[in-house]
Amino acid sequence: MMEDIIVCEGLNKYYSGVHALKDLSLKIKKDSVVGLIGDNGAGKSTLIKILSGAHKPDSGHIYFEGNKVNFKSTKEAMNLGIETIYQYSALIPEMSIARNIFIGREQTTYNVGTFGLMKTKTMQDDAMKALTDVELHLRSPDTPVNQLSGGERQGVVIARAMYFKSKVLILDEPTNHLSVKETNKVLRFVEGLKTQGVTSIFITHNLSHVYPIADHLCVMARGEKIADMNKEDTTIDELTNLLVNG
Amino acid sequence: MNKNFSLRSLLVRPEVATFLMFLAIMIGFYIANERFLDARNIRIVMGITPEYIIVAIGIAILMISGEFDLSVGSVFALVPMTIVQMVHQGIPPWFAIFLGLMIGIIVGFVNGFITLRFGIPSFIATLGMLYIARSLTTVATAGFPPPFPHILPNELFVYQFELFRASLYWALLVAVVLGVMLHRSNVGNWIYATGGDQNAASSMGIKTGNVKMFCFILCGFLAGFAGMIQTFRLEAPLPSQGYLLELESIAAAVIGGVSLFGGIGTVFGAVIGAILIRFLESGIIMARIDAEWFRAGLGSLIIIAVVFNTFISRRATRIGQNKAKD
Repeated sequence: MMEDIIVCEGLNKYYSGVHALKDLSLKIKKDSVVGLIGDNGAGKSTLIKILSGAHKPDSGHIYFEGNKVNFKSTKEAMNLGIETIYQYSALIPEMSIARNIFIGREQTTYNVGTFGLMKTKTMQDDAMKALTDVELHLRSPDTPVNQLSGGERQGVVIARAMYFKSKVLILDEPTNHLSVKETNKVLRFVEGLKTQGVTSIFITHNLSHVYPIADHLCVMARGEKIADMNKEDTTIDELTNLLVNG
Repeated sequence: MNKNFSLRSLLVRPEVATFLMFLAIMIGFYIANERFLDARNIRIVMGITPEYIIVAIGIAILMISGEFDLSVGSVFALVPMTIVQMVHQGIPPWFAIFLGLMIGIIVGFVNGFITLRFGIPSFIATLGMLYIARSLTTVATAGFPPPFPHILPNELFVYQFELFRASLYWALLVAVVLGVMLHRSNVGNWIYATGGDQNAASSMGIKTGNVKMFCFILCGFLAGFAGMIQTFRLEAPLPSQGYLLELESIAAAVIGGVSLFGGIGTVFGAVIGAILIRFLESGIIMARIDAEWFRAGLGSLIIIAVVFNTFISRRATRIGQNKAKD
């Protein structure tokens, strides 16, 4: 149970001359919650963009379940089971819950190539089931997402990742702009993932959110990893100090 | 209807508001002049409406994907003009129709390519195309409008039945096929996702560029097809055909509940929007109001529709947010 699901070796990334990620190596254990913390501009977003297949590293290697991978698109990463939930853009506000859950992976019939008619009923039923699986009880799969609260939206996104049997879930600032109550709801969702065999990488600049649920913590600053330790080997004070003083 | 059906959820649907507006206008003009709903007047109005329905559907789908096309009015003239001129050059009619419709597709592709490749607003790319395609039409006219070649199979597209023309059935076919595509197929889901939030859509693996390109091409094709129908009906290719149609079709889409920001709208709404505009025009004439008031009426309708849709979408969002606070 303790093997590494993702191993990064010497990742470097430049954006028009800016060294955004400096020689980053990281090991992520299976079925754990990893807290990736750092201030704005620390290189967290760059790292997740590389892990999710959105950007390619300029050098370095990534191994997923022991195999070297070289993602050309987010779709490729998703097919392997790496799902990324971006802070502001994980759901389409005007679309229904069911449609959101199946975007890009619709269940279809009468297929012509990759095109087909959506099995609306099946998608609605499966959407409700997926929500129930993460203990999210909403009235109808046809509710537009813009009628949900922030915490409920994160719940829908997590339900989507679970439904598609993601192995790794990368959450980008999932608790930003949420009330305390809603934040706790999201933290419970993430904690629940561990028991269902999902590894999560929880990105945040708010240490107090991730600390209670994380198994492992990784601190970044100026594109570098400055600390990487198990929770039992550190304290919230030490981490705060690292975060503030780099 | 599913079990969660409620009157409120129905009323917040923009195309339902459009339909109510449509009924109000029909009843209002009927009171002003009973002959407004005579078979004769319906035959006249529905004889010209299908062309506008087809263009409005293309524009609506493109707007739902988050882009614009201001060149549809010019394509509406360019395609039939090339078809007619090619037939005059001795090209077989069906082959000329095929090539002409290809021009609509190519213009759509160029619009999409310029917009997506150079990352410029489609408003600008297609504004340029508006002038280019109109200019090409005038050049293709070669001085004065050519006569209509009667070997073209125009009856197939515009034959006048008892009440409706064949073109209405073509428009309905387009509406049904594209309605199913937009609302029931996975492609439709991608179109809504792309227009709703392009970043979110692409982070979920949707090739948003391809989706938009498809919508640009579809819009160009439909504009050309509709223009061909108009020329077939009038039996005269006019270089001025479709003048200001780009704004009128955007108006039809917007009145029908399509959002200017993408991600919202229906094929049904666009169809009702297009029909509404044509009946508004007819009603003003039938009510013996100076026809110049048509534009004022259309303008008011656009503003009312958008204000109303903004109001109900804010309400819908507020319902959700209040619920979240509980």
